[in-house]
Amino acid sequence: MKNTIEKRIELNAPVSRVWRALTDHREFGEWFRVKLDGPFAPGQVSTGHITYPGYEHIQWEVTVQKMEPERLFSFTWHPYAVDPAIDYSKEPTTLVEFTLEAKDGGTLLVLTESGFDAIPKDRQFEAFRMNDGGWTEQMKNIEGYVARPL
Amino acid sequence: MSRVRSKRRAEFKDRASLFAALGDETRLSIIGKLSAGAPLSISRLTAGSELTRQAITKHLRVLEGAGVVRSVRAGRESLFEFTPEPLKDLRSYLEQVSDQWENALARLKAFVED
Repeated sequence: MKNTIEKRIELNAPVSRVWRALTDHREFGEWFRVKLDGPFAPGQVSTGHITYPGYEHIQWEVTVQKMEPERLFSFTWHPYAVDPAIDYSKEPTTLVEFTLEAKDGGTLLVLTESGFDAIPKDRQFEAFRMNDGGWTEQMKNIEGYVARPL
Repeated sequence: MSRVRSKRRAEFKDRASLFAALGDETRLSIIGKLSAGAPLSISRLTAGSELTRQAITKHLRVLEGAGVVRSVRAGRESLFEFTPEPLKDLRSYLEQVSDQWENALARLKAFVED
C-alpha cells in the first residue's frame, strides 16, 4: 500500500503561467473550485469554502508551507474532509506539494500528497533515526500482502 | 440520513484508529511478522525483540482494536493472525483522495491551457 499519492502531468503552458494559477488565490479558486478569503502566504492559514457543486457546505482550511517562486508550492490540510459533522482536527494532516519544472516549452507538474502514515511529527524523525528504512520496509511488506488476491 | 451519518462517523473513527495503530514502529514490525501469513504466538512475536511479553501483548491489543489482528486458538495456545481488510479500506480511501486530485489537475490543465 503506497502511503504517498503522486501525480505527474504535463501542461502546455509556461512555468510562470502555471505558478500563477497555483498561487494566486483567485486563480487557484477557479480551477480548484474554492472561494478563498485572501491571498496565500507561507506560514499562514488560508480559509474559504468549496464552490464545487454539491460540496458548497465544506469549509476550506489549509496552512501554507512553502512558496518558492516557479518551483514549489506546498500546504498541509486534512484530506478528503467532506463531512461537516466530523471534527477533522483530530485526523492527521497531510502535506500537499506542487513541484514545477520547465519541459519542452511547457511545464511538468508533480503533485504529491504525503503523511497518510500519520506518525506524529515529533516522533517521525526519531522513528527513522532509530530504525533506518524500517517504516518503508514494513509498508512494503503490507503492500505485498494486501496486493495478493484473496 | 442519521444512519448514513453514523456509518460515516464509524468509518471515520475506524480510519483514525487504524492510522494511530499503524503509527508505531513496534506495531508495524508485529504486522510485518504477521503479514508473512502464518499466525504466530506471543512467544514467537517476543523472540528477538527487546520488549517484554506484556509489552507485545499490549501492542497486539491495539492492533486487535483497529481490526488488523485477531487471535485464534490453536490447542492450548493463543495465536495472532493478520487480517488485512481494514488496510484494503484504507487503500480505497487513498484511491478516493487520488481520484479527487486527478479531477482537480484536469481542471487546472484546462484552465492554464485555455
